[in-house]
Amino acid sequence: MTKKFVLGIYDDEDVLLQAIENVRAAGTKIYEVFSPYPIHGIDDVLGIKRSRLPIVAFLCGLFGMCFALWMQIWMLGFDWPMIIGGKPHIALPAFIPVTFELTVLCSAFGMVITFFIVTKLKPSIKVNVFDKRSTDDKYVMAIEVKEGVTDISALNNLLRSNGAIEVNEKEVIK
Amino acid sequence: MTEERLIISRKTNNKFFLMIAIGVVLLIAGIIIAALSGGHQAEGHGEAAAAGHEAAHWSKRLYMNLWLNNVYFTGIALVGVFFVAVQYVAYAGWSVLIKRIPEAMGYYLPIGGAVMLITFLLGGHDIFHWTHDYLYNQFLEDGVTPNPQYDPIIAGKAPYLNFWFFLIRMVAYFVLWILFFNWLRRNSLNEDLNGGTNYYHKSIRISAMFLVVFGVTSSTSAWDWVLSIDTHWFSTMFGWYVFASWWVSGLAVITLTVIMLKQNGYLKMVNANHLHDLGKFVFAFSIFWTYIWFSQFMLVWYANIPEESIYFIERLGGNGGHFKWIFFVNLLVNFAFPFLVLMTRDAKRQMIMLKIVTIAILIGHWLDFYLMMMPGTLRTDAGIGFIEIGTTLIFLGVFLITFTKGLAKASLVPVNHPFLEESVHHHV
Repeated sequence: MTKKFVLGIYDDEDVLLQAIENVRAAGTKIYEVFSPYPIHGIDDVLGIKRSRLPIVAFLCGLFGMCFALWMQIWMLGFDWPMIIGGKPHIALPAFIPVTFELTVLCSAFGMVITFFIVTKLKPSIKVNVFDKRSTDDKYVMAIEVKEGVTDISALNNLLRSNGAIEVNEKEVIK
Repeated sequence: MTEERLIISRKTNNKFFLMIAIGVVLLIAGIIIAALSGGHQAEGHGEAAAAGHEAAHWSKRLYMNLWLNNVYFTGIALVGVFFVAVQYVAYAGWSVLIKRIPEAMGYYLPIGGAVMLITFLLGGHDIFHWTHDYLYNQFLEDGVTPNPQYDPIIAGKAPYLNFWFFLIRMVAYFVLWILFFNWLRRNSLNEDLNGGTNYYHKSIRISAMFLVVFGVTSSTSAWDWVLSIDTHWFSTMFGWYVFASWWVSGLAVITLTVIMLKQNGYLKMVNANHLHDLGKFVFAFSIFWTYIWFSQFMLVWYANIPEESIYFIERLGGNGGHFKWIFFVNLLVNFAFPFLVLMTRDAKRQMIMLKIVTIAILIGHWLDFYLMMMPGTLRTDAGIGFIEIGTTLIFLGVFLITFTKGLAKASLVPVNHPFLEESVHHHV
């Protein structure tokens, strides 16, 4: 199955932001915008909802904390109790550094792994809708052409009237 | 950019004076109560002395309170200057719109210096054990009989901890701090009048110099004013510990003031993005304070050497468990509460959340300083009553009057700051 995309190339950040607003106002769904660097305010303009990654971070951190406490209490308190420095077997202050480290570790790893899974980022990933110049000095707005539509002149006009310096068509085999 | 002038109405000023008046009334009431019950103690003086216990005189409690509040508020004022200096050296743009607030906090420094000096000269013996001369004489006056009160540990610290050097250091700190505060402030005000980037570049150089001075003096002043109360004990983390406490309290004052001004219709260009950054500061440095607190605690706890652990014993089970509740409240209010409440992004962008947390932190760190100073001096005679509340209200009133006066002296928006535009469009 093939999908058709229209890529509008922009060379100015402010023009791009305005174009995104206008294109969305015209009722056209934007597939993706590529930029060489993060643009302030682009999330709001694109209408992207805030990421729920912080919740994952909190839950993973909570898990790490519980795991670390359970591990140390079980190991040093029940499985193999030892007297260290004359302290009680379960001496909470001594457990804090490890608990802290595991909380941070689980939180960080959990976030990274979740991010990869959610965004489907993997070594074998193929980015078909891509213009190499978007890693250099151009911004690219990609719009998916609806099935059955053969004439893209309307999209072409929409993008050009909103400041695109170039409009390309791209066919992708899914 | 438009100027914004803060106008402190007569009504607001009267509120501050009322605060001081209530403080004075409470303080006097507290002193009378303490003096009456203290007089009762004096009757059975022989008995009490024989039992090895003597109730602290009310004047000692008064001096301790003056010292506690003055160290607390001086630290907050100093942190204001430090904040401005850090922003300059870091070429920070976001903070320009709120820069006048930490800048004005420094106006308390001269008062802090004067109160500190007077309190030390009048009540030095009550606050610092090491100021007593008898500790340093190995022999009694005849030169043969060993002095039973001779303290070799304190005598060994005499080259640093002696009256004159202490006094010279104290004066030097305040002279340096006030000098740099005035220097930065003058450049900032001249920038408003004349514009240009000269003042900005000059401020960066002044700030860099101040940071070096601050790096040394913030630690040494903490040793002098707080650590030397427990003369035998020492901790190499103590300078940072006091700094962390001052710094997070100062950040809380800045944040709270921004919110108060905003809610009264000032600082129109400050938005949730600026609050977010301030909230991050408060959140992060609450954790930083805990990190320092725990690092100090755990090493002492683990090593369990009597001369070290006495410090925490006095604050936990010792002194009849007198300070135990403050010990745990300290951790709850200054760590757990801000950590959990300010964790989400939304909380840091909402005025009400920030307001609750910053007020809690300000009370919490007052208790933190209380816990640093009282167990070593007043011991079981320490309490939180009329004297404590009264003195704190007086200091708070004086601080607010000098602070708001300083704020009203100049535009709240530094109109000619080169990074003002960046701050207006700040986005996180």
